[in-house]
Amino acid sequence: MNHLTTIVGHIGGTLLLLVRSIKFIGTLPRQRARFIEQCYLIGYTSLPIVTILSFFIGSVLALQSGYSMENFGAKQFIGTLVGLTMARELGPVMVAILIAGRVGSAITAELASMKVYQEIDALTTMNIPPERMLVLPRLAAIVVMMPVLAIIANLCGWYGGALVCEYTHSISVDSESYFTALKEFMKPHDVTDGLIKAEVFGFVIVLVCSYIGLNTRGGPREIGASVTKAVVTSLILILVLDYFVTKALLMS
Amino acid sequence: MSTSSTFTASPFVGKTFGITVAKLNKKFGRTTVLRDIDLEVKPGEIFCIMGPSGSGKTVLLKHIAGLETATSGEVRIGEYDAADPETRNKVHLALVFQAGALFNSLSVYDNLALYPREHRECNEAGIRERVMHALAILSLEKSANKFPSDLSGGMKKRVAIARALVMEPQMLLYDEPTSELDPVMSATLTEIIATLREQTAVTSVVVTHDRDLAFNIADRMAFVMDGRIRGIGKPADFKNPTDPVIANFLNPVIDLKNPRFKQLENSHE
Ligand SMILES: Nc1ncnc2c1ncn2[C@@H]1O[C@H](COP(=O)(O)OP(=O)(O)O)[C@@H](O)[C@H]1O
Ligand SMILES: [Mg+2]
Repeated sequence: MNHLTTIVGHIGGTLLLLVRSIKFIGTLPRQRARFIEQCYLIGYTSLPIVTILSFFIGSVLALQSGYSMENFGAKQFIGTLVGLTMARELGPVMVAILIAGRVGSAITAELASMKVYQEIDALTTMNIPPERMLVLPRLAAIVVMMPVLAIIANLCGWYGGALVCEYTHSISVDSESYFTALKEFMKPHDVTDGLIKAEVFGFVIVLVCSYIGLNTRGGPREIGASVTKAVVTSLILILVLDYFVTKALLMS
Repeated sequence: MSTSSTFTASPFVGKTFGITVAKLNKKFGRTTVLRDIDLEVKPGEIFCIMGPSGSGKTVLLKHIAGLETATSGEVRIGEYDAADPETRNKVHLALVFQAGALFNSLSVYDNLALYPREHRECNEAGIRERVMHALAILSLEKSANKFPSDLSGGMKKRVAIARALVMEPQMLLYDEPTSELDPVMSATLTEIIATLREQTAVTSVVVTHDRDLAFNIADRMAFVMDGRIRGIGKPADFKNPTDPVIANFLNPVIDLKNPRFKQLENSHE
């Protein structure tokens, strides 16, 4: 019971943080510099790892499906399988997990340290809402960068799969037929569904990690505790939301 | 000294606020930190709060700044409730935190410029003038481009004071402002607080252990001990305090052979 009220309290607090941040959306044009800085931190610095990981995930996907589809004589559909899996599921989820680990943890660490060292109190007495200066630019940046990262992940995964198909002796599907299969059975909404998922995950990660950071109490030790809590909460939320968002998208 | 020559007048100048603390109690969990605090600071007054560490001075100051909510009782700034976030739109208040609370990701210059920039009070050139002026008052011109992590404790404190000055507040709260300052800087701060009062009629609350500072500038002072007001009055009232606890706090007797520490000596043998 006590646990339940705590959880409900945190959900309420997170939603309140969202409302308080969105309220200042009109200030975004003059917070351009902060927004661009966050886009750089969230998007640009995540690019190398997103590229490498999605490339290898696409490759492994092709390798595995090549091995199993051989038996059905369905090798010509490897492109479709890799394309769909990357776009609908693995691209968005993998990018979200990376963002939780790289960006979410950094956001929580920074805000928690600002809280512990009274920088947040200083902002409050200066009548500068932390939601406006610290949360809104990050939310805006993730909204812009998440689809970009997901698209890049898709492309790298697709090409990783294509390379494996072409150069693995036991598969040897040339990239032309791989991409023909990919295009033939994929609809635009398969890609956009994935982007919507990525968008939802990214937004929730940044919001939750900001909330946990800003609500850190105690000394420097609690900064580490908050970061752990933020990453674990984000990972759980990604996978739980994944189910429900996928279900909603498949029904619509 | 000619350091604290001019301060630009606050846009809210002419309006000063007093502080009323009534029956203020504060508990953290089961521990009571403030008990039945009653005090009044008149508009434009310099009010010093003294007391041993751990007695609740910082917590009291945070209530005035609206950073803590009372368990019972109330704190008012003029006619406004200090705990109401709306009050910050009505009263320009600055707090010099005990540990500085500088923004670690911003340079000293940007720490000072943040307030006028966020509140769009003037253009970048005007902000530069204000910031450099405040830095000059605290002899910090050379540190403008440094980051807080590169500063000593005393320098952080000076930056925190400069940051408060740039805000041109109507009410200034200082939490042990001279605790890490050298004697010359402490003297400068004493001048700053006095000059500010003369030129802008700002209300100041100074929490301090520094007897010189308190007796030099206070219009009135209070002693907080164990979460209660132990004494309140003009500095003259405390020149020869009748309360033995306050007397001992202001002029502690140093006994080099205090029997309390016999044990320490023995333990070495
Ligand atoms: N956030 C808090 N949670 C629990 N106890 C606190 C908190 N802040 C202060 N205290 C306690 O309140 C008492 C007074 O603290 P403080 O006001 O900082 O003393 P000082 O007079 O030295 O400024 C101390 O015993 C301190 O441990
Ligand atoms: Mg204190």
